[in-house]
Amino acid sequence: MIELNAQTVTFAAFSVITLGGALGVVLNRNLFRGAVWLMVSLFGVAGLFVLLSAPFLAAVQVLVYIGAISILITFAVMLTRSMTNIDERFTRKWQGLVVAVLMFILIMIGVIWPVWGTGGSQFDAVSEPDAIVADTTDLGIALVDGNQYVLPFEVASLLLTAAMIGAIVIAREDEA
Amino acid sequence: MECTGLCELLSAGGMDAGLAMFLSLLVGVVLVASVPLIVVIFLIWVERKVAARIQDRLGPNRVGPFGLLQTFADMIKLLTKEDITPTNADRLVFNIAPILSVTAVLLVWAIVPFTPYHIGVDLEIGALYFVAVASFGTLAVMTAGWASNNKYALLGAFRVVAQLVSYEIPLALALLVPIMLAGTMSMQGIIHAQVGMWFFFMVPVAALLFMISSQAETGRGPFDLIEAESELVAGFNIEYSGMKFGMFFAAEFMHVFTNGVLVAVLFLGGWLGPGLMRQLWFIHTGTPPTMLPPGSTEAATGIWLLYFPLPEGNFIGWEYFGVYLPPVFLALIYLTLKTTIGYFIFILARNTFPRVRIDQLMGLNWKFFVPVSIINLLVVAFALQVIRSLGWLPLNESGQVDLTSASFLDTIPMTVVLLVTNIVLAAVIMTWLRSRSRRARLEDEAELEDLAVVGAAGD
Repeated sequence: MIELNAQTVTFAAFSVITLGGALGVVLNRNLFRGAVWLMVSLFGVAGLFVLLSAPFLAAVQVLVYIGAISILITFAVMLTRSMTNIDERFTRKWQGLVVAVLMFILIMIGVIWPVWGTGGSQFDAVSEPDAIVADTTDLGIALVDGNQYVLPFEVASLLLTAAMIGAIVIAREDEA
Repeated sequence: MECTGLCELLSAGGMDAGLAMFLSLLVGVVLVASVPLIVVIFLIWVERKVAARIQDRLGPNRVGPFGLLQTFADMIKLLTKEDITPTNADRLVFNIAPILSVTAVLLVWAIVPFTPYHIGVDLEIGALYFVAVASFGTLAVMTAGWASNNKYALLGAFRVVAQLVSYEIPLALALLVPIMLAGTMSMQGIIHAQVGMWFFFMVPVAALLFMISSQAETGRGPFDLIEAESELVAGFNIEYSGMKFGMFFAAEFMHVFTNGVLVAVLFLGGWLGPGLMRQLWFIHTGTPPTMLPPGSTEAATGIWLLYFPLPEGNFIGWEYFGVYLPPVFLALIYLTLKTTIGYFIFILARNTFPRVRIDQLMGLNWKFFVPVSIINLLVVAFALQVIRSLGWLPLNESGQVDLTSASFLDTIPMTVVLLVTNIVLAAVIMTWLRSRSRRARLEDEAELEDLAVVGAAGD
């Protein structure tokens, strides 16, 4: 069923990068290295976006997650130097295991059911890949079209602006 | 992706089609990535010479003619120097940082259009790709500062991150203006949209904002707080020696050169220039340039004013000493010339402006460049809508706004409106700056007077 071509090889490579990076984040004792592994993982996700013919999302993934959020995380890590090497280990392994397995099952159901389950939304689209190819122009129009996603787009913008103003207010608190 | 050129040659020789494709792509990638690496060797010489002239010195003049081989000598020196890794450094991250720093710049070259046909990959999201990969540079500096396990390196890295992250905002906002004018983020698309008029003449304020913030992104004077040779020990790269230091150094030079190319592409028309009209005609219509009938509609588009056509007949290029130079080479020469203009301005700015303080640096960005670039974006967008409603935007046959088929004359009305808007904007900004600096000066003077009186009374 799975044929070995450039696409599957690339998919495998990016999956390894994504999952390996994620493992690195979880297993590393050094917070800064953990942040670097997080960037590796996010970079893998950007690669997967390219494979899905979504170059815009890939570029935004790199720009926002690696270029801004991860940098912010490393910045915070650097400012709290004593946090970088944590010796205590998390000992409640059984609780952790149960929660992890439950989460995994939940995510699997959440991803597989609506897409490939009975009456799944993506089943027909996946069988004809050409039918779902859209370019950046379509994305741009969808975000400002009154019949499509203009409301979520504006709500998200408002939320971000509010968060930004909130951050400024909190930072200025003792000055006032 | 179709198999042409080298790939075609290889598969004709009996190679597996997939492998031939891969090999030809690999050769392309290596070639494109080599361009900045080779050019930078000579750029270092150019920069040292120009800097020396500005400072009334001679510059490198011993190794080779005019000191041209000085950089090679320096390279050999750097390569043979001892490679030191501090004992308590995070070895892996420490070694990755210089590589990342060079990679960040080399990645940008994937979208640099050398000629109408030669480009690494003409991404639909080219400009966004540039902003995205440029952020790897910040990452490199920070990992370097952290992994060195040195407080001076870490402090240097803090300053860099603050600076680079801040100046990315006006950079991206200035970048949005040519994208808005061209209606595409593709680099080739942006160049094609400038066939009638270069964007520099439409939106000089955006061009200036782009140049200033990219100068800050490279961390060079007057924004060279990253290194500040005369103030800091060396900044984030203090623990690096030998070629690892050399890589940071080369990355900085390549970054400046890359910015020169981007200025040329985004605002100065890239590879456009006299003699390339037929190439453009070919790209737009698919008619080979040599088969154009004389006096065809080519003339009617009116690009004549800026771009004189090639000689008639079976033209394949100009003959120089028995070698035919196709028009595509001309494109490369135009791009190089325009890049040189941008690059030279960057060097001039580096060597003639005094360095700003860190608080001035941040104040300048957040209180001046960010608001100005936002206002600039809004003003240009508004002006474009006004021009559109007036019907002064060049349209193509199907009635869509299209600058790629516009002639010089077609673009004059919109250029005039945009230019006037820009001048008004610049005048307002200047007046505001003038009154602000006057107020600051008066305050300073009043303070000094107070101090003088106190001093006199105390005696």
